Amino acid sequence: MTVDLHTREIKPLRNTFSHTAKYVGNDKPASRYQEATLDTQPTDNFHYRPTWDPAHEIFDASRSAVKMADWNALRDPRQYYYATWTMARARQQDAIESNYEFVQSRGLVAKMSEAVRSKACEVLMPLRHVAWGGNMNNSSIAAYGYGTPFTAPAMFHALDHLGAAQFITRLGLALDESAILDAGKNDWLNAACWQPLRHYVEDTLVLQDPLELFVAQNLALDAQLYPLIYGNFVDDHIALRGGTAVSMLAAFMPEWHAESARWIDAVVKVAAAESDANRQLISGWVTAWADRAQTALTPVAELALGDAGVVALQEARDALDLRCEKAGLVA
Amino acid sequence: MSNVFIAFQDNEDSRPIIEAILTDNAAAQATYPTGLVKIDAPDRLVIRRESIEELTGRPFDLQQIHVNLVTLSGRIDEDDDQLSLSWIN
Repeated sequence: MTVDLHTREIKPLRNTFSHTAKYVGNDKPASRYQEATLDTQPTDNFHYRPTWDPAHEIFDASRSAVKMADWNALRDPRQYYYATWTMARARQQDAIESNYEFVQSRGLVAKMSEAVRSKACEVLMPLRHVAWGGNMNNSSIAAYGYGTPFTAPAMFHALDHLGAAQFITRLGLALDESAILDAGKNDWLNAACWQPLRHYVEDTLVLQDPLELFVAQNLALDAQLYPLIYGNFVDDHIALRGGTAVSMLAAFMPEWHAESARWIDAVVKVAAAESDANRQLISGWVTAWADRAQTALTPVAELALGDAGVVALQEARDALDLRCEKAGLVA
Repeated sequence: MSNVFIAFQDNEDSRPIIEAILTDNAAAQATYPTGLVKIDAPDRLVIRRESIEELTGRPFDLQQIHVNLVTLSGRIDEDDDQLSLSWIN
């Protein structure tokens, strides 16, 4: 007796959920990102208004002055949903772990000069608190924003900020004793050069409009802070003076910044393209907050790079203006 | 004119690769046999590292495609930036 094995392909009648198909069509299977994200925002039949904000529903698009016909338009070009995001970050974590192993097994920290080591600590330690502010602000965007395609990556971004804060903490512990963290906090609270930046971060913590907060934190501040600190200071200034170890241990930050910039640019680009009112609103926020961030970062740039600091900061500002121009904002 | 093809496991890792191929090769057609994504293209098909990186925003090593690559046909021309399949000798 012979048994014939056949494979038979069964074509599914529907390639995806109908609410996903509404956006991407039913011609081919939708990606997990599309299924997990598009049109998954709760919209109807809320029980009662929150007692802490009776003017709004619990999920309410009117919390932002930006108006979108469909908030599902604000998509993430990286197509992150929980699984892809955690996989990408796990790979980056592995890379940093091996960097730590490399630096520690070869005693690279001890080979740095005292001046470079203490300079790196002096500039980087207070930034833990800036990163924590970024964590709080993006959590707030995720909580009060509207539309899963916009709020889900904001939550990932919040946790990425927390990761950045933890990497700075770990860097401090690798470079020095744990008292260095207290010294950093003390500088953040008391040293004159950090006060304008602290003022900026604390003012953003109470911003109510999720889109304005998005612009103030992720675009205006981070787009100047990260190139200045991790580009000019860590990867050029410190590395050239024998502090390559710092650059290796902080490798996550510039990499993550370049990657997440694509999401941030895509959000403002699509929101601004929606209407002239949106464009003017967002451009106004960008200009106001970027000017203020540049002023707040000036003493930090001088602390990090001396006289060259202002030039480096202006370069970061020019790069930010170019990003805004490409996104269709008149900056 | 004969087709070249390449097939990947249908998962999230291969999604940006497939999207990049479909963007770079206007004549390419994707089909979805169970568990796979198979891309056919007349004469020539190219996978470009840059296009994949543009989609993911992260550095991509073209050798990573082999993790999810199932099968292919065509003469392979490969370097660090691109992998192309063709019948041109």
